[in-house]
Amino acid sequence: MSVQLRVAVVGSGPSGIFTAQLLGESDQVDAHIDVYDQLPVPYGLVRYGVAPDHPKIKSIVGPFADVLSDPRVRFFGNVTVGTDISLAELRNYYDVLVFASGASQDRKLGIPGEHLSGVSSATEFVSWYSGHPDTCIDRFSISGGTAIVVGAGNVALDVARLLCRTPDELRRTDMPEHVIDAIASSGIRDVRVLARRGPVHAKFTNKELIELGTLKDCAIVVDPADLDLNAEDQESAANPLLSRRMAILNEYADRGSLGSDRTLRLEFNTKPMEFHGDNGHVRSVRLARGASDNISTTDVDTQFVVRSIGYRGCEFVGLPFDELRGVIPHREGRVVVDGEHVAGTYVTGWIKRGPSGVIGTNRLDANETVSAIVEDISTLSHARSEKTGVEPLELLRAREVPVVDWNGWLSIDQAEIALGRDLDRARVKIHDRSEMLNAAI
Amino acid sequence: MTYVVTQSCVDIKDRSCVAQCPVDCIYEGDRMMYIHPDECIECGACEAACPVSAIYYDAELPPERENFLDLNAEFFTEIGSPRGAKKIGKSNNDPAFVAALPPGGA
Repeated sequence: MSVQLRVAVVGSGPSGIFTAQLLGESDQVDAHIDVYDQLPVPYGLVRYGVAPDHPKIKSIVGPFADVLSDPRVRFFGNVTVGTDISLAELRNYYDVLVFASGASQDRKLGIPGEHLSGVSSATEFVSWYSGHPDTCIDRFSISGGTAIVVGAGNVALDVARLLCRTPDELRRTDMPEHVIDAIASSGIRDVRVLARRGPVHAKFTNKELIELGTLKDCAIVVDPADLDLNAEDQESAANPLLSRRMAILNEYADRGSLGSDRTLRLEFNTKPMEFHGDNGHVRSVRLARGASDNISTTDVDTQFVVRSIGYRGCEFVGLPFDELRGVIPHREGRVVVDGEHVAGTYVTGWIKRGPSGVIGTNRLDANETVSAIVEDISTLSHARSEKTGVEPLELLRAREVPVVDWNGWLSIDQAEIALGRDLDRARVKIHDRSEMLNAAI
Repeated sequence: MTYVVTQSCVDIKDRSCVAQCPVDCIYEGDRMMYIHPDECIECGACEAACPVSAIYYDAELPPERENFLDLNAEFFTEIGSPRGAKKIGKSNNDPAFVAALPPGGA
């Protein structure tokens, strides 16, 4: 017989949704699940992180919608846990809390001049071009001929690629119009991606690397000298994925850049040392290039720098936090303080293991957390008698929090499709939170 | 584009990929696993999860394995697009080419 459980999942990105899905599929639990999100819309980084020109990955929202529209699942959008409703109030009502709040902060380079305007984090830039309501519509104006992207992961390549896309290509995405206008009128012709180490240490996937080669009117420039590996790196490059990566890079190095409007350079063994500015805005960056015994420095003019060197989780007041790693400490998904499980409290996704892997990695991760919940069933149902709290939706209504439920999201969804129809595009995202809330009614 | 399971999976079927596929689009045949080309969202989790490196992004298939792009698609001619491998379970079929491979795939 299955045991009834009331579950709150905090975060409606992939990790939160996989948790709801896997709990729903378990025959040992009859779970009633409320999925909270501080945004009025679901899907987390699928909506605000996956690149807008990757529609196939974004199509995962189809199966995700099946999970969130299940009769035993409720979506509570536009609710900030800890502000609109307290952790104690959730604990008093739910048998299980699962934190799937992701990693929304970014890491800093820690070099002089990083504070200058024009130097920003990929977290912020990606949020902005994805139309995230917490980034101002006019947050970015992009100018100058050269953009610098610091980092060697898929997000760095996303940023670089989107800066090189033509306006026509951008109009095939769901990006807000003002974002497309800002990129199209930026005057950027040269995008330089800086990777601190050599090519075998980069984090991007071969698929993203191959995609660069398909950009219209854009040459991919790789210095053959960077592909000359030392003995240790040569050994690593024997791995099948890395040997294919090296083959792709060698092909780019052979191609040359003649006859293209734009260039996207992948510069390995190169790192920024400091930024110089004029009146508070970045003017140039000093780059150090080469290995330990042979480093040369150059200054490169730029007015637009994005650092993409990793996401980082945020501390959740009332929960333990590993300051160093930016994650909530856990054992197989059970949140722990001094080695003791905090009863009924679980964690999954990036806030659990740190910002790594692709969407599917989070399914395996959620599976571990859900297995822990299922193992703990008897303890959890014993604690039930102490749960005397008020139904959270009543609390939120009494506090006049404009909760966006599933139907509210469907109305926002329709409004975005309608906005697209007027502009001859499949969808145009609503960027402004109050507009979203208006559309949700 | 899609990810593709190739010959190294034959008679192995480790299934590590299945646990990571976010859309449950990796289906089980008699001798190997198959990725549904229309259901795959190209996240790439399976490629990294496979212990025998049997999975490739289609643009990266080595020439001697290119036929597996069609073989993966062929597996679904009768099944169609069920949108979930768990629902339909294991099939006892394989495309003729795969069925005829020597034990272990070679």
